[in-house]
Amino acid sequence: MSKITIADAFKNGKAFIPFITSGDPDLETTEKNVLEMEKAGADLIELGIPFSDPTAEGPVIQEANIRALSGGVTTDKIFDMVRDLRTKTQIPMVFMTYANVVYHYGKEKFIKTAAEIGMQGLILPDVPFEEKKEFSETCKEYGIELVSLIAPTSHDRIRMIAKEADGFVYCVSSLGVTGMRSKITTDVGAMVELVKEAKDIPCAIGFGISNPEQAKEMASKSDGAIVGSAIVKICGQYGKDAPEHVYEFVKSMADAVHSV
Amino acid sequence: MKENLENSPDSRGRYGIHGGQYIPETLMNAVIELDEAYKKYKDNPDFNKEVTDLFNNYANRPSLLYYAENMTKDLGGAKVYLKREDLNHTGAHKINNCIGQAVLAKRMGKTRLIAETGAGQHGVATATVAALMGMECEVYMGVKDMERQALNVYRMRLLGAKVHGVESGTGTLKDAVSEAMREWTARIEDTHYLIGSCMGPHPFPEIVRDFQAVISKESRQQILEAEGKLPDAVLACVGGGSNAIGSFYHYIPDKGVRLIGCEAAGRGVDTMETAATIATGSLGIFHGMKSYFCQDKYGQIAPVYSISAGLDYPGIGPEHAYLHDIGRAEYVPVTDDEAVEAFEYLSRVEGIIPAIESAHAVAYAKKLVPTMRKDQIVIITISGRGDKDVAAIARYRGEDLHD
Repeated sequence: MSKITIADAFKNGKAFIPFITSGDPDLETTEKNVLEMEKAGADLIELGIPFSDPTAEGPVIQEANIRALSGGVTTDKIFDMVRDLRTKTQIPMVFMTYANVVYHYGKEKFIKTAAEIGMQGLILPDVPFEEKKEFSETCKEYGIELVSLIAPTSHDRIRMIAKEADGFVYCVSSLGVTGMRSKITTDVGAMVELVKEAKDIPCAIGFGISNPEQAKEMASKSDGAIVGSAIVKICGQYGKDAPEHVYEFVKSMADAVHSV
Repeated sequence: MKENLENSPDSRGRYGIHGGQYIPETLMNAVIELDEAYKKYKDNPDFNKEVTDLFNNYANRPSLLYYAENMTKDLGGAKVYLKREDLNHTGAHKINNCIGQAVLAKRMGKTRLIAETGAGQHGVATATVAALMGMECEVYMGVKDMERQALNVYRMRLLGAKVHGVESGTGTLKDAVSEAMREWTARIEDTHYLIGSCMGPHPFPEIVRDFQAVISKESRQQILEAEGKLPDAVLACVGGGSNAIGSFYHYIPDKGVRLIGCEAAGRGVDTMETAATIATGSLGIFHGMKSYFCQDKYGQIAPVYSISAGLDYPGIGPEHAYLHDIGRAEYVPVTDDEAVEAFEYLSRVEGIIPAIESAHAVAYAKKLVPTMRKDQIVIITISGRGDKDVAAIARYRGEDLHD
């Protein structure tokens, strides 16, 4: 089998990218959720490593972090889960967590292990362009792509960020934290265009996308849609029984994205 | 040394390895805008005149440097002076920073202030300057702190601020900071996040330090006038560390002056119920900065504890982390019991009821002063007054007294 890359997720058209918090409510369920999401048509999986104080998250994902941590999940246990998952799936996967989880574990040890167990990338929402080097150099060394984010407030920073971006560019659709929104008012299409002028790299839009119509609209303006809170809400609602419900929801979202 | 410190932080907001700007991209342009505005105004005479006028004519500065004769005699060692930040308008040092940042925010065209608060002193000071300057104000406060500092919640509301209870996490200061940061990402255009301590992403630690540095600027001049020499030691309590950095700053080049930060050890540094970051923490990245934090081996932030809501924070400002690294300042743990005992002691001996936060510095002074010579001098910063704590201390002593 050839090496899995983030680019694989975007090679057959628009990508649907679901996020779940690892260990919510336990790692067995997380594994099942990942496999169901793949079956439902997901193109890339964002696996959250819970953090005690996730400052970029709205209430839905904050609560998932608490559920996971109080269930006893740790970074090492999540690494073990990924090792097991990699014997069952070849879907591209990235970790989404906070700087301290990587830094305090030991930056090099974390990134090296992530690469060894078959992860493709890393998203750190509290590491902006100015602090990126501290992590990106180690990521490059081990072949992990550090995903850059741009926001509605980025304006003149978009070009600078895009030029050095790897994997894909995570376009934050709205001000504020993660969570479902009834309407996305930012001109994300214009943000995507600015990225593309600076670099030929896939752009996926996230924050606030909660239904197939929104997912379709966002995918039409970019290369893919990222959905977190809406899925995490289902995980919270159904717990160990979530996989079948996650499948249904992801299928509706992935189908909408792939129809573009 | 002096050159070094005058230049600190570097252009990227670093104090040694500490500091930086670890925040979501959404906030980057906001902190860059703040940094540029601060650079533009900090040496501007008109800006400084406005801040100084408010310091002197509104906040009651300069604050007294009081010779605590009874305490000096009682402890039988060095001469004890108290830097009386408790006499400031609103009853704590927090007003210094709030005046400075509010004047800056207004010049930046901001019309709304948001803030976190622990003990409520910073929330009250922010609500106060917002009322004074006709700005909107919203304060984030942990639900646990709202309960132990109910009086301050009412004061903020009286001043026209909206107080949001934060239920996430431990319902204390760290959660209030997280929530204020989240709120700032949602509404940036008209809003300034008036952070209350020398922490968070650059340029906040520098801005807060500069406005609090008035404490040591005054005390240095006052002690030279009173004693003709510099103190041998300066003591202040440390949570995030704003009154301490302000108390230390102008003495940093004077290596003969010991700088001692008193951390909240809660029930003891060998228990899980502590907030003593230097004593029990390790390197990490949180709330926008690299510094020392109380955390577990996976980098999960620890649920810290102190009787003092103002010191109940799992981190410490990056400049303190740096002063610790280079050995220029010392950080010592002080337990709840010691602080409560000192709270009662200062009330009884000097007729000054200190904030329970400040009582941590008094407690360490009680140990240190008797070991020093009579020709030596100690300055303790009384960062705030203790009215807000009276009911809680009564409860601690088993009395059934409520606000």
